[in-house]
Amino acid sequence: MTALLAVEGLTKSFGGVRALDECSFEIAEGSVGALIGPNGSGKTTAFNVITGYQAADAGGLTFRGRAVRRPDPCRLQRLGLARTFQQPRVFPGLSALENVVLGRNQPWHALLRDRVPGPDRRRAEELLDEFGLAAHAHMPAGRLSYGQRKLLEFAGVLMAEPVLVLLDEPTAGVNPIMVKTMEDHIRRRHAQGVTFLIVAHEMQFVMSLCDPVIVLDHGRRIACGAPGEVQKDPRVLDAYLGD
Amino acid sequence: MTRPGPHSRIRPAGTIQAVAFVAVVAVLPLITGQHWLVSLLVFTVMYAGLASAWNLLGGYAGYPALGHGAFFGVGAYAMAIGTSHLGVGGGYRPFVLIVPIAVGTALVVLPIARLLLRTRAAAFAVLSITLMFMVQTLAYNIRSLTGGSSGLIVPLAPFPAAIFERPFYYAMAALLALTLAVCWVVRTSKLGLALNAVRDDEDRARGLGVQTELVKLVAFAVSAGLTAAFGAVWAYYITFLYPGFAIDPLLALGAILMAFLGGRRTLWGPVVGAALIGPAQQYFAYRFGASQLYLVAYAALFLLVIYLLPEGIVPSLARRLRRLRRASPAAATHDQVATDSIFSAGDLG
Repeated sequence: MTALLAVEGLTKSFGGVRALDECSFEIAEGSVGALIGPNGSGKTTAFNVITGYQAADAGGLTFRGRAVRRPDPCRLQRLGLARTFQQPRVFPGLSALENVVLGRNQPWHALLRDRVPGPDRRRAEELLDEFGLAAHAHMPAGRLSYGQRKLLEFAGVLMAEPVLVLLDEPTAGVNPIMVKTMEDHIRRRHAQGVTFLIVAHEMQFVMSLCDPVIVLDHGRRIACGAPGEVQKDPRVLDAYLGD
Repeated sequence: MTRPGPHSRIRPAGTIQAVAFVAVVAVLPLITGQHWLVSLLVFTVMYAGLASAWNLLGGYAGYPALGHGAFFGVGAYAMAIGTSHLGVGGGYRPFVLIVPIAVGTALVVLPIARLLLRTRAAAFAVLSITLMFMVQTLAYNIRSLTGGSSGLIVPLAPFPAAIFERPFYYAMAALLALTLAVCWVVRTSKLGLALNAVRDDEDRARGLGVQTELVKLVAFAVSAGLTAAFGAVWAYYITFLYPGFAIDPLLALGAILMAFLGGRRTLWGPVVGAALIGPAQQYFAYRFGASQLYLVAYAALFLLVIYLLPEGIVPSLARRLRRLRRASPAAATHDQVATDSIFSAGDLG
């Protein structure tokens, strides 16, 4: 299988701290990758740099076989790379339905068309239904619970039918049932051909769902492989349990 | 299927509101022959339009623009220069200038807007008001064009004294109708949805593929162009321009106060706010003009609005109406609260 996303030597410093230090990895098409590591190991920074929210100091990335020179969130999303955030981000003043509809890409000349055209509405309603949010379709997203906002953010990202979805801690701060729900959603979408890269802390979730597992420590990739191998890797044990 | 269903942009309630509004605005100046009253109406309608135009950028997109006085002044000076230097002629002909002035301002402002819109929130507010003072300083100093601090005179319109204000009133009213139509189109379109997304979380909107740069630029330019159009009519009505008067920081503040009071997330909010504050402002300026005490009243009102009616009058009223309706036997089935959605915000939205 070919690499859908290839990251080469990404480096990013904040003052004296190297958040990413020549970090490289690849995500094959059709896989569900995990990005794990101790706190502060550079996982979210990697997401931010890959999606163009922060500029890298060095290194580059290739997405769908194309070198992305200056990653830009809007352009990348239109190429099929979507992401969620660690703290769920929704548009609090818009209804849940509109939150999802926004995910649909629009050409500039469609800007004066209906705010929520029929086909988009139906598609968004399907997604809300799938994520168990249909009852809240017309509620302002700001009124949803934390877990519901996480689901809504995920649903919105799927509206554009992305090729690769980066999920930043989809299971953080939600109850065990919600973790299972998230896993089901990811599995269903994966079965439909969507590739995932997931930052997560719940090892059980990662080990049962993800392959490959990429381990970062101090901004460097210290291990990469099947969950079973990574778990036994002495460097990984050291990073998590060592000093 | 293209039949207008429940989700159509044009709703019966909205159509009735629009027709009623046009009828009221058209008849208002005919009721009284009192010059001061009609003059008050001219300014109130102008402020309703300015507040609505400001709302495109300040309300829908949430960019705290404080410098709309600059665009108003540009429109005013363009009108004065057009009528006195370019020899457009008198009578109704200067009104034709409104179109090129509005379009020209919208286009000229684009590169400046691109620069300003790289900043957000407080930085944007400061830069926008700085822009206004820069334009004011230019007006003081480019004496050959603006007359500097000695001012610029626009030829007095040759309208009959008995109904002198009417042409200006109807010009302002037509611009208000245009502004509201623009606001309505924006609100009910993808553009409005994108602007609301920018207001709520611009970075996430970018990550969802929303063309934030483009929609912000459009909102800025259209807002500025409409503001300039009002400035142009105002100049012809006032007939005397002075930089500190034509390019006034209080213009944006007044418009913002009206939008906030009425409800900046709604179509009619700025109009309601202007209808309440406009006459009061004129009255206070007239009574206490020299001491500018009315500014204190402004500040007090602003604080009250933010403290008691953070959403504004229109959304609060709409919610109360919905609650009443729900309490009645024929209760609505949806538990809807005010959002920007044209489908779930009540009929007043």
